[in-house]
Amino acid sequence: MYKWVIIGVLALALTGTAFWGYNERQEKNDIKMQAENNYQRSFHELTYRIDMLHDKIGSTLAMNSRDSLSPQLAEIWRLSSEAHTDVGQLPLALLPFEKTEKFLTNIGDFTYKTAVRDLDKEPLSEEEMQRLEKLHDNAGQIKDELRNVQNTVLGDNLHWTDVELALTDDNPDHSDNTIISSFKTVEDTSGGFSDEKDFNNGALPASNEEHKFEGVTGERINQKQAKTVAAKAFDLNTISGIKGGKSGKGSDVPLYSLSYQKEGESGYADISQKGGHILTLMMQRDREEPKLGLHDAQQKAQDFLEEQKLTEMEMVQSSQYDSVGIFFFVPVQNDVRIYADIVQVKVALDNGDILGYNARDYFMNHHERDLQKPKLTEEQATEKLNQNVKVQETHLALIENDTHEETLVYEIMGTRNDDETYRIYVNADTGKEEEIEKQTTTEARFLQST
Amino acid sequence: MESKKFRLCKLFCAGLILIGAILSAPVQTSAFSDQVIQHGATGDDVVELQARLQYAGYYNKTIDGVFGWSTYWALRNFQYEFGMEIDGVAGQQAKDKLASITKFDKAFVMRQIQEGNTFTYYGGTPQENQVKKRGNGGNGGGGNAKAPNTSAVNVPNGYSQNDIKLMANAVHGEARGEPYVGQVAVAAVILNRVEDASFPNTISGVIFEPRAFTAVADGQIWLTPDETAEQAVLDAINGWDPSGGAIYYFNPNTATSPWIWGRPQIKTIGEHIFCM
Repeated sequence: MYKWVIIGVLALALTGTAFWGYNERQEKNDIKMQAENNYQRSFHELTYRIDMLHDKIGSTLAMNSRDSLSPQLAEIWRLSSEAHTDVGQLPLALLPFEKTEKFLTNIGDFTYKTAVRDLDKEPLSEEEMQRLEKLHDNAGQIKDELRNVQNTVLGDNLHWTDVELALTDDNPDHSDNTIISSFKTVEDTSGGFSDEKDFNNGALPASNEEHKFEGVTGERINQKQAKTVAAKAFDLNTISGIKGGKSGKGSDVPLYSLSYQKEGESGYADISQKGGHILTLMMQRDREEPKLGLHDAQQKAQDFLEEQKLTEMEMVQSSQYDSVGIFFFVPVQNDVRIYADIVQVKVALDNGDILGYNARDYFMNHHERDLQKPKLTEEQATEKLNQNVKVQETHLALIENDTHEETLVYEIMGTRNDDETYRIYVNADTGKEEEIEKQTTTEARFLQST
Repeated sequence: MESKKFRLCKLFCAGLILIGAILSAPVQTSAFSDQVIQHGATGDDVVELQARLQYAGYYNKTIDGVFGWSTYWALRNFQYEFGMEIDGVAGQQAKDKLASITKFDKAFVMRQIQEGNTFTYYGGTPQENQVKKRGNGGNGGGGNAKAPNTSAVNVPNGYSQNDIKLMANAVHGEARGEPYVGQVAVAAVILNRVEDASFPNTISGVIFEPRAFTAVADGQIWLTPDETAEQAVLDAINGWDPSGGAIYYFNPNTATSPWIWGRPQIKTIGEHIFCM
């Protein structure tokens, strides 16, 4: 009797477990399929868009009338941006695919710049047509490779989730995975042309080359000297607790990176090997309620900058975040604000200590500039603005425009409808509106408690 | 005699109390601290500044306790009207002038802010007509130990508190055991990637790029970040980059990809090697 009851209960339990297991498996498969389908969508869209991209560049080249060129170029720009988004949704990270992505960004930048240009006044140059021709060839090669991969994926029913698994396992050799090896071929194809010289000079400045760190001058210092500089900035009496060493070969400027740690407090500094300038300083500790106003804290920041031999600096923005104040300073040369050389200082509002200092941009870009007198007067520049904008404040400034050239502008703070504040940069020679930024530096606090 | 003396004394005492009350009342209303209030400041002084500017009709935006652009222009208009130096900074002169021509009911204003009500504070209109109570959502920080004294916060231009929170989640998931600079560096890498041509162009695109961050893949990104992570993100957004412009980092103890070892290395912070 007992025996049968136990057998019955066990049988029931077994069926229950089987049912539960089956459900779990089903659910897991559903989720896996969802992930797989997302990847598949991104991949097929990518191939389709590269195909379109190739066609559109082709028809632009074949086009005779220059009037309809701008919409075509804008279309290419949109396609390249969408294709770039597709790439970002595929599980390719750690698989080198950056050259193809750079290629897409290059197309985008090039077509955007030509699309927004007034092509009646300034038609595509011979050089630009050649460039477009080349982009067309390159897009064609990538298209062919991707269509090949697509064919294999569809023919052999390959799964992107398997790519994901292959990339996470410890075996560094993925040559047995068809998708991975095909994407490597695509990347090699793209690599061939993104290395070409003319590819770097137009669309995107190769960012490492332009950072010359001209501001870093002086004698080379040794590690002990660097530690002395750091100790002073950390407000320590001794260098004994400071650890750190030289930066590696990937660093854009040779540094000593030094840090110290003691209970409830830590500090970090990057000091240039040449000249011993502090490029980055960060301190972290618990803070009490603010006792200092921003105005007094600003004075502390200014004093600190002078200690660092950064003079002729103007404060352009101050913000309080609970118990710290963050200040942005820019150097002023002949009454012109030099925005590329911006410096940030962070001050504790409980006792006025300097908690942070960032002069990377300053030392990267700073040099004596040859500043010409603006061709337009302030009145002429403000006349060109939208009628609904009420001009409140004007300064001369040097900014990088969207083609990464330093441009002399009038920086105009204006309000629209007495409501929103805008920062408008008007070219001081041509009157062109180089850039308009809406100022949103405050936001209502969200009320739900976390 | 006794009772009359007593009555006199009582009268005298009552008089004293009355005088005391009259004297102490204005002291309470001109409660500006001696802080020079400037753009970007937050807190009680800013609430008072905005309320008084609104009372006098110069400021028509929300009294939120954050000295933003609207407050700045309002203050400059006020300074212009009263022939002061127009610098948009509330120094002693501006504060004295404001205190002398306006009233400030601190208790009333602070209560509205803490209760999260929509309200204005114009002079010459009854206070009760200027308040719209917040709906009874009931979750308005009821259990919070300390109600905030401002109803807004400063954010770096172009970023929302939610953007910062999302990044803080990623930083906390990726680097919560790391020193503070290590966390700032991780946040800086996210921002460097947004700028880099070979990565997506948005913060969420970079964070959720499949297989880009382990903390996203294994769900650690959904742990609740601590305040340190949020501060680190804020520093990175405000310009600090201790990674030295890095777009990759890895933990040498767990990294398996030979490719990542081939990247030019910049520096090591904590457990992470940062590279180009």
